[in-house]
Formats: sequence, structure tokens, C-alpha cells
Amino acid sequence: LIYCYRKPKTKRAKRFLEKREPKLKENTKNAMLIKGGNANLRVTEVLKDIYAVKKPFAVLYKKKNITRPFEDQTSLEFFSKKSDCSLFLFGSHNKKRPNNLIIGRMFDYHVLDMIELGIEKFVSLKDVKNSKCPEGTKPMLIFAGDMFDVNEEYRRLKSLLIDFFRGPSVPSIRLAGLEYVLHFTAVDGKIYMRSYKVLLKKSGCKIPRIELEEMGPSLDLVMRRTHLASDDLYKLSLKQPKALKPKKKKNISHDVFGTTYGRIHMQKQDLGKLQTRKMKGLKKRPAEKSAEDGGVSPKKSKSA
Amino acid sequence: MAAVRVEEVLAAAEEREAEKRRSVTVEKELELEFDLGNLLALDRNPPAAAGLRGAGPRREALLRALARDNTQLLVARLWELPAERAGGAGGPLVARLPEPAFRLPREKPPPRPRPPTRWEQFARLKGIRRRKRTSLVWDEQAKEWRRRWGYRRAGGDPARAWLAEVPAGADPQEDQFARLRREKRERVARNELNRLRNLARAHRAGTTVPAAPLHPTGHQSREELGHVTRVARVSTASLGRFQPRLPKEPAEPPSRSGGRKRRFEPLLGNLAAERSRQLELLRDMGSKKPVLDITRAVNKQLRQEEAEAAAAKGKKQSQRGKRGRRQQRPGRSSK
Repeated sequence: LIYCYRKPKTKRAKRFLEKREPKLKENTKNAMLIKGGNANLRVTEVLKDIYAVKKPFAVLYKKKNITRPFEDQTSLEFFSKKSDCSLFLFGSHNKKRPNNLIIGRMFDYHVLDMIELGIEKFVSLKDVKNSKCPEGTKPMLIFAGDMFDVNEEYRRLKSLLIDFFRGPSVPSIRLAGLEYVLHFTAVDGKIYMRSYKVLLKKSGCKIPRIELEEMGPSLDLVMRRTHLASDDLYKLSLKQPKALKPKKKKNISHDVFGTTYGRIHMQKQDLGKLQTRKMKGLKKRPAEKSAEDGGVSPKKSKSA
Repeated sequence: MAAVRVEEVLAAAEEREAEKRRSVTVEKELELEFDLGNLLALDRNPPAAAGLRGAGPRREALLRALARDNTQLLVARLWELPAERAGGAGGPLVARLPEPAFRLPREKPPPRPRPPTRWEQFARLKGIRRRKRTSLVWDEQAKEWRRRWGYRRAGGDPARAWLAEVPAGADPQEDQFARLRREKRERVARNELNRLRNLARAHRAGTTVPAAPLHPTGHQSREELGHVTRVARVSTASLGRFQPRLPKEPAEPPSRSGGRKRRFEPLLGNLAAERSRQLELLRDMGSKKPVLDITRAVNKQLRQEEAEAAAAKGKKQSQRGKRGRRQQRPGRSSK
């Protein structure tokens, strides 16, 4: 908005542009789900299911787009700019790469990372006849397997999947509403994605016992090509502005046990003039003050 | 006797407590890593690969058990967070989540602070601060609170102002309404000019990039990369004169003309070259054979025309196909 050569003439246009400009605390990332030139039924169903999971932070394009993301990214970048989406999922199918899914993200409307995954098995939302959780539930994400830490590509994939599925960032969450969990296991060069509905059962103590019910899309994926951003570009994209860092409160410290300690800085005090508890008997009479005699109390003598 | 019974009771109670707790505890080799701000749990334990290899319901059962265990641990952690009842005593139990710890890349680069405009610089110099103005102003004539500007503003509708006083030193024949309109147009134009100037200043201050920057994705055409390398080579203190070349890089001949395309020979230079050139020119003029080979030129032209026609035909067909699908043209289908 600040760099607009054409000022917006209506408040609505102004709000639209303000939503899209770079901000300190960013909006939730939107995802665009695109079909390639030869997307088959399976790939289309996968896209539809992921759209259902990611609603309302996703856009599903209905028409087929004949592009090859790994060769030419301009089409994707154009779409990203038009719909203000920084995550994308591109599905296609051909003989060499059957049931292909390219998951990727953008930085500043340019492609940052792209990973191509092949779908080996897919169970759709409608194939599993269960009750589903409401739309827009923030899912719990669990990654199992040491591959997600050891291998660089898997690490980026983990970061991509977290970015894709995490949903809006919330300050607090209703504990009874933790209904959806997405579990990713990396084993044997394959990645198993399963979604479960969480049932909180009574247990003796405060923490409920968890029972899982299979629900929702489950995918068996295998990693194919990758196009990862260079290290410095990735570091640049991770950079957070200084203003977002939590301000340290000075003079407050915590110890191991959780006790909070505070530090107060005082000026030099005259300990002679400290206000302590008043003891009327020790009060100095004006006559005594001049004489500086702290012996017999004149009150006693008076009463006597 | 009673003491033994008490001990038994205590042991039984202990057993029951342990039993309850057993249902929610999970044994893992390595502790999971949690990022509660993102509701994220990372399990580093290598999964039982043998069981997961065979496809079928057994694999599903194993995956489900693993998921159950991990979810149990995550939920246990979430339940330990400080929770309160949102919306009074009867509201739902709500846990306060910490900030997300897992570093994820941003969507767009952080906003750059823009340089102050001319007015802002002046105001800072003079110490002028912004006065907060009320949005409503009391209108004496309408006897109500009207907005400061906009629809139904306080001073009456300016389009309907039927009186425009002639100021003291002005020409009596001048059209005051025209003058007011002209002055408003000038003010608007000046404001717009200043805004654009501020924008240009900000833009100039912000972008200090070279003419042909490197594309962020690393996919760039060969010519662009060549241009960038050429610019980079020359951007040294000695203007690229002592810059070493890469092993396979061809040595670029110094263009003495400095990039100009047409070059003319010096007037009093190579006499022999001039003589030979003049003689060749005379020979060509005198000979019967034409310099231009007509057949070759015509063939070339024909080939070019054919290629253009083929390209146009292909484009037209696809265009016509698209149009045909969208609109039903009445006469065309009979063809």
C-alpha cells in the first residue's frame, strides 16, 4: 500500500491491498491446489480431500493447468501473486511419474522449495465411513522416524508439511476440541500419512486416555525429485524482524524451582531516619531533643 | 492386626493409583520433542521397520498403535499447560499455548522501514506533533454533529454553495466559482505530485540493487547470467582491468568503441586496405554476375513465409476451437 503508484479509491480496495502487503506478524498461509494437464481421478480426489482438510485456508482450482513446475515456475508464481497463496500442491499423472504430487512453498511470490511425491496408496475421506471432525480444526502434527532428522531432504519435507498443515497460529486452545491428529511416519524410504480422530476417554487421573479412530485421508508417499532453495535464500526467508522478538523484562529472573526474583534499585538511605514501627514510649520530647538526654522519660516524671 | 490392615489398604490404594496412571503413560526409548505452540511432536525413535514392511491391516494396526502412543504423550503435555475457564465459570477449559518454537520461513520478506516524507522531516525538525482531531464537528446551521469531511459534512455541501464572495483585492470581472474550482484542481494536483515524489524518493532509497539482479530461484537465462557476470567484472576499483578469468572463459576483446555498434575506419589509416577495397568494389560493379543470388534469396523468403503460415494456422485452429466451445456460431458447423 505504501508503494502503490495508484492509490486505492475505495476502502474495500485499501483493505484488500493491506491484507496482501508484507507485515510484521503475517497472515496464515493459504494453499492453492492445482491440477496438471493430465491429472487422473486419484490425484483429483487427493486434492479435494486436502482441500477439505485445509479449508478455509486453501483455494482449489477446478480447471486443469498445463504446466510443468519443475521446468517453468512462472505460471505458479503468477497464480500465487493473483490469489495471495504461498503454499501449493500440484497434482499430475503421466507414465513416467504416475500419481504425482508436487508440494511446495513460496517466498515473496517466488518458489522457495518444491518436493515431488508419488502416491502409492490413497484412502479418501468418503471411503472411511466414520464421523468426521468439524472443518477448520487445528490438527495435531506428529512426525515419527529418525529419517526426518537425518536426511536433509526429509527435514525440508517435514518443515514443508508442518507449514502446510498447521493452520492458524492461536494463543490458546480449547482442550476438549483437540480432535484431529495427522501422523507422518518415515520408514523404508516411504512416508505414511495417516489422519485420526481423537477420542478422549476417562482415565483415573486428570490426563485423559487417548483412543484413535481412523478418519480422513491416508496417503502412502514416496519421495521423487526435489527442488530445494539454496541455504542463503532459506536463511533469508527464515529471518524474523527484530520487532517480533519478545521484549526481555529487565530486573526479573527465574530460578530452577520456578520462583520469580525481582531486583529493585534503591537510592542511598539514611538508616537513622528510617520509618519503623512507632513506639510511643521512645518518642523524643522537644525538651529532650535539645538536651539529647535519653534517660528517664519525662512522661513518667510528669505523672509523678 | 489393624496396622497390617492399614498397610494393606495403603498398598491397594497405591496399586490403584499406579493402575490409573499406567493407562496414560507411554514408554519410549528416546524422549519426544514437543512444540506446543504448533501442536507438534517429533518422535526420533526408529520405527519397527520389520512390522511395517508387509502391507495390509497389520501395518495399519502398527501405525495406529504408534500414533496412539505419540498422541498420548502430546496430549499429556498439552494438559500440563496452564488452563483456565474461558467465559466465566461454566465455559470450556482453555489452555494457553506458548509461542510456536519451530522456525518456519516467512511468506514475504519483513517490511522495510520507509524513509520519512518531506513533511515528516520538516515536522521532526520543528518538533511538530500530530494533533488528534475529532471525527465529528458541531454544525451551527444544521444544529447537529456532522462529520468533518465526506458525506453530509459540517460546512454544507460544497457543490451547492450558491454564494462566492469577491475578495477585497480581486478583479470584479473574474468568475469566482471558476477560480475556486481551478484552485481546488491545482491543490489536488500538487498533492498528487508531492505524493509521487515521496514515493520516488522512498523507492530510490529502498532499491539499491544492480541493473540485472540474480533471480532468486537460480533459474536464469544464459544471456542474463552473462550480462550479470559482465557487470560484476567491471565493478571493481580498476574497472575490471586486472580481473582474472575462469579457466574456460573466453577472453573478451576490449571494445574500443565502448559498446557502439557502428565503427568507421580512420581516415588516414591503412592505404593498402583502402586500395584493395576500392578495387573490389569496382570489380563487383563491372561484372555481369549479380551480387545477390536471386534463387537463394527467393527460397529463403518462401521458407520463412511457409513457417509463418504454419504457425498462424496452428494458433488459429486452437483459437477457433476455444471459441467454438464457448459460443455456438450459427453458420460454421456446416463446414
